[in-house]
Amino acid sequence: MSQQTNPDLVLEEREHDVTPRVKYGFELHRRDFFKLLGGGMVVLCAGAAMAQESRSRPRDEDELPQAISAWLHITEDGSVTVYTGKVEMGQNIRTSLTQQVAEELRAPLGAIHLIMGDTFLTPYDMGTFGSRTTPTMGPQLRNISAMARENLIDLAAQRWKTNRSSFIAQDGKISDPQSKKSISYGELTKGQELVTVIGDDPTLEPPSQWRIAGTATPKVDGRAFVTGKHQYTSDMTRPGMLYGKVLRAPAFRASLKSCDSREAEKIPGVTVVRDGNFVGVAAPDSFTAGRAIKLIRAEWSAPPQTSEATLFQDVRKPATGETDAPGGPPKYAAGSIEKGFAAADKTLKQTYTVAYIAHTPLEPRAAVAEWQDGKLTVWTGTQRPFAVRDELAQAFHISSQKVRVMVPDTGSAYGGKHTGDAALEAARLAKAAGKPVKLIWTREEEFTWAYFRPAGAIDVKSGVRNDGTVVAWQFDNYNSGPSGLRPAYEIANQHIEFHPADPPLRQGSYRGLAAPANHFAREVHMDELAHLVGMEPLEFRLKNLTDSRARAVLQAAAQKFGWGREKNSSTRGFGIAVGTEKGSYVATCVEVEIDRSAVRVKRVAEAFECGAVVNPNGLRNQISGAIMMGLGGALFEAIHFDNGGILNPHLAEYRVPRFSDMPQIDLEVLDRKDLSPAGAGETPIMALAPAVSNAIFAASGICLRSLPMVPEGLPKAG
Amino acid sequence: MPLTLLVNGVEHIVDVPSDQKLLYVLREDLGLTGAKYGCGEGQCGACTVLLEGKPVRSCLASVSAVAGKKITTIEGLEQNGQLHPVQEAFLKVEAFQCAYCTSGMIVSAVGLLGKNPRPTDPQIIEFMEGNVCRCGTYPRILEAIRLAASARMS
Repeated sequence: MSQQTNPDLVLEEREHDVTPRVKYGFELHRRDFFKLLGGGMVVLCAGAAMAQESRSRPRDEDELPQAISAWLHITEDGSVTVYTGKVEMGQNIRTSLTQQVAEELRAPLGAIHLIMGDTFLTPYDMGTFGSRTTPTMGPQLRNISAMARENLIDLAAQRWKTNRSSFIAQDGKISDPQSKKSISYGELTKGQELVTVIGDDPTLEPPSQWRIAGTATPKVDGRAFVTGKHQYTSDMTRPGMLYGKVLRAPAFRASLKSCDSREAEKIPGVTVVRDGNFVGVAAPDSFTAGRAIKLIRAEWSAPPQTSEATLFQDVRKPATGETDAPGGPPKYAAGSIEKGFAAADKTLKQTYTVAYIAHTPLEPRAAVAEWQDGKLTVWTGTQRPFAVRDELAQAFHISSQKVRVMVPDTGSAYGGKHTGDAALEAARLAKAAGKPVKLIWTREEEFTWAYFRPAGAIDVKSGVRNDGTVVAWQFDNYNSGPSGLRPAYEIANQHIEFHPADPPLRQGSYRGLAAPANHFAREVHMDELAHLVGMEPLEFRLKNLTDSRARAVLQAAAQKFGWGREKNSSTRGFGIAVGTEKGSYVATCVEVEIDRSAVRVKRVAEAFECGAVVNPNGLRNQISGAIMMGLGGALFEAIHFDNGGILNPHLAEYRVPRFSDMPQIDLEVLDRKDLSPAGAGETPIMALAPAVSNAIFAASGICLRSLPMVPEGLPKAG
Repeated sequence: MPLTLLVNGVEHIVDVPSDQKLLYVLREDLGLTGAKYGCGEGQCGACTVLLEGKPVRSCLASVSAVAGKKITTIEGLEQNGQLHPVQEAFLKVEAFQCAYCTSGMIVSAVGLLGKNPRPTDPQIIEFMEGNVCRCGTYPRILEAIRLAASARMS
């Protein structure tokens, strides 16, 4: 695994959020660990990808490195607690990381508990996004677990005064087959206060030898979810807790002109807070909080704002602010675009657009905030607990050491929970009320005051030879984002550029960032080019593709689907698309059925490859889920807005995929045990929309270049 | 005026406004947080409970309308430590990702099988159409419901 900072990752990190990031060290001394945890053995990971600056060894044995990325504690009873700043929100990393610990530590799954996303207990972590958990946190946990296992073997050797070479670590025990002695990890760590810091990679079990990692281990705590016992943030209570509610402005960017809250304040137990443009209440129950909010009379003024009608002109206006990317926005060039066009037999120029869409996590933003002696504790469903901690510290002018953010396993996010809005609001209310406050955003708030997947326009101009070789590729993305900007195809002459705009709506990270949009434009354009030179779409792609992993998924998807077996007709079409992003590869084949204007995705076959698979069951769930979610953005999801207001902020007006939208889904997972595992939460969504468009084109001859494609059914040809 | 709610076989006297919705009384007054808030307008099914065996959206049902009637929530499905066959099937198939929709999915499915013990796939899809899984776990949920139906039959 590369320890270098990948420049693409730096860019991608910016694309994920605009929130400034403050990096704090993790200041702990050896004695603090054991005071906090009791005795046993601790193994710390420093010097991994996210903490490169911490490679230096501590100055004395009591002082630990400033930046630690993960750590593991084996208690005196043999139970194992692992601390990571990553969070669980349905992507199943609590399970896949536990498997990797069990694999290297040779401990039973049930003995391992992960503490995740707690800014007091877990090391600093940038956030859970970008499919980074599997490629970065996975190896770190395998490293510390392997180190712990080796330490345990050493302890046993010391105790038995025997050479360790024949010892076997298994099921939480060390045994020596020669002397037939066996001792549990707990017995070994009893009375110990052992700390090991690892910086470099110890020898790890290769994926081909995995026994626990690589298997379909059931979800950790699965039973708590089917019995309703799992406590999401929104389910939590604290002693004396109040319920919060925020008064929302009628439009974005509005400022409060006047506010009369006297009637609300008359309700017993109600606290009203007005602080700048923030107006909110805390009440003994949510019903009273709702009643109090309705009694507040407020006047707002809002500037005139842009509307959906001009969206695709607005996104082309260059950003007025400074771009924070060094050297300006991403731009890539190869060969000479002019020579490329001169060498082409045919050229094509098209524009593709994507609408604003909403993440719509089923658990809306929620937070429980509690102040005690000037210290703030917040439970909230966020992908970036440390960033939220810093947001809170900044907002309340306190040191970040006085803020603790904890993330209970969360009701999904899809890139939509990077910020701490609900946490800030709950904390403000709790501060005023002097009691803990829970705030759960309504669905309408979630649709209005969260942020969206960026809308954008993408211009593609290309040149192709009659033999099907693409020789010129000019690709300009306006506002949608730079992820997945470059093609996997071998094209000699390229000019590729991302153009940031001042976003018309608040926008941010979304599953796959801009890669689904860029894949949509690229892969639809590829079908148009294939059509132009009279080539079959799969053959045309393979002609321009040398990357063996991309070719492998393309061929696997085609085979799984039975590509080419049936002919396109006016009521049935077949489409294909391929892509790569974040170290994994995807190819998707789609069958659509067209009945007059009604378009239905009937069948999807997808091949996916993300190196060695850690949990095939969880992976298949992610892939199939990404396909379902992708159908929404492909076919019908769109945020409508006018002059600073959202026009469809309810599930009745914003259609998400439901049971009846479900196609037959066939998956082909290519398990490459010779490669390091890559993340899988995002890439499986990327090839779906273009494959759908290509299938519609194959059937109807109508090329749909805007997402969503058929919110009102198939448009007439024209 | 105090109302009597009969939830999971237990009588609760609650003193809440009569137009308060059942979901919030379950969650805030009775501490039964298995039913979730997802939309507050009956569009997502996360808050589904059984009323006399029939699935209803508790975010829309006023407490006064359900007082005295038999209410079953996700917490009431497990009997003596034994999961309901639908819960077993969801666990076995792993028919969830973030699982925020799971309580509502399971309760709706229990309601379906109570009415129609051997539903066809189109019948399952039609019945479950009001339950949203944003993680897109629909194929597995369908599989789990099929499995629960066949387990109950055998």
